[in-house]
Amino acid sequence: MIVAKQKELAKLKKMLHGHRKVLAVGCGTCVTVCFAGGKKEVEVLATSLRLASRVDGEALEVDETIVQRQCEDEYVASLEERIQDYDAILSLGCGIGVQTLADRYPDKRILPGLDTTFMGRPSEQGVWEERCQACGNCVLDRTGGICPVTRCPKQLFNGPCGGVRDGKCEVDSSMPCAWCLIWERMGRLGLMEQLMELEPPKNWSTSRDGGVRRIVREDLRLPEDDGA
Amino acid sequence: MLKECSHQLEVVAFCCRHCAYAAADLAGGARLSYPTALKIVELPCTGRVDVLHILHAFEDGADGVLIAGCLPGTCHYLKGNLHARQRVNHIRGLLEEIGLGSERLRMVNISAAMGARFSELATELVETIEALGPSPLARISHQDTQNGI
Repeated sequence: MIVAKQKELAKLKKMLHGHRKVLAVGCGTCVTVCFAGGKKEVEVLATSLRLASRVDGEALEVDETIVQRQCEDEYVASLEERIQDYDAILSLGCGIGVQTLADRYPDKRILPGLDTTFMGRPSEQGVWEERCQACGNCVLDRTGGICPVTRCPKQLFNGPCGGVRDGKCEVDSSMPCAWCLIWERMGRLGLMEQLMELEPPKNWSTSRDGGVRRIVREDLRLPEDDGA
Repeated sequence: MLKECSHQLEVVAFCCRHCAYAAADLAGGARLSYPTALKIVELPCTGRVDVLHILHAFEDGADGVLIAGCLPGTCHYLKGNLHARQRVNHIRGLLEEIGLGSERLRMVNISAAMGARFSELATELVETIEALGPSPLARISHQDTQNGI
């Protein structure tokens, strides 16, 4: 899932300075489950901003709403009428949600309330860790389900390096060495022989290094009118 | 400079039914007084207190908020008071960021038998709030009234 966190209140106040009536829009998907931009978080943030504004002697109005998915046109379309009443929209969606709103409503000031950080999972309640870098060419079949692109700071494909100490990474000793974990996991699966085969240098062109990415599924596109 | 106004302090006290509310009852029964500024709201457990309850209390004019629950380890719902403590600590930080100040929110733990202690703690907190003065929001509202807004 996409994991995000709210910007600091002081930064949001600065961003909203000069606006009088703002609509805070949450998203019911990824940012709800990482407790950054769901219904509750929108309510708390809107109340905090109203309170902070009053303490500063101003009268910022902040109203609250949420859409199920802020990254899809069909869902953000429902805001069309309501959005006219506000001079700025504070999106509590991920960066994709902010951009979807901005594309759909180009005449409205759309502001990001969150910092979108990474794709990851909750490793325990209240802790989220990065697990995928969207490299575009998944190798998890060859590493026992442990990602060397995300979890190895050097992004090695034939690790570990010589810096490992007691199973910990030399870059950050609080982190386990991803390649130690991979060797252990492949051992459990009886696949250690596979690790002895050298992985050639990775082709990074499928990753962000290759530029802005796009997927087209012709089978899912709407057929064009045949002009009949 | 603001004139002295007749602002009546209001401190909302969210009290758990099993301990703090019972202690408040005991204080009342024993005729132990505590400031009238304290307005008690009974809850099944302090774990029920939501961040929005506290923020809306301040938004609606409270000068302070007290969360009063059971002694650690004796919560009727096992850990409700521990969750409340964690939540209150987080909200105190939020109140600092907002500019209201963390001292306006306090959590205490007492047992149902501690009527006298409830009275003491309530008095202490109201005195703290008196020293801090009315909520900045009340001061601003009063100034608006003075300026004819």
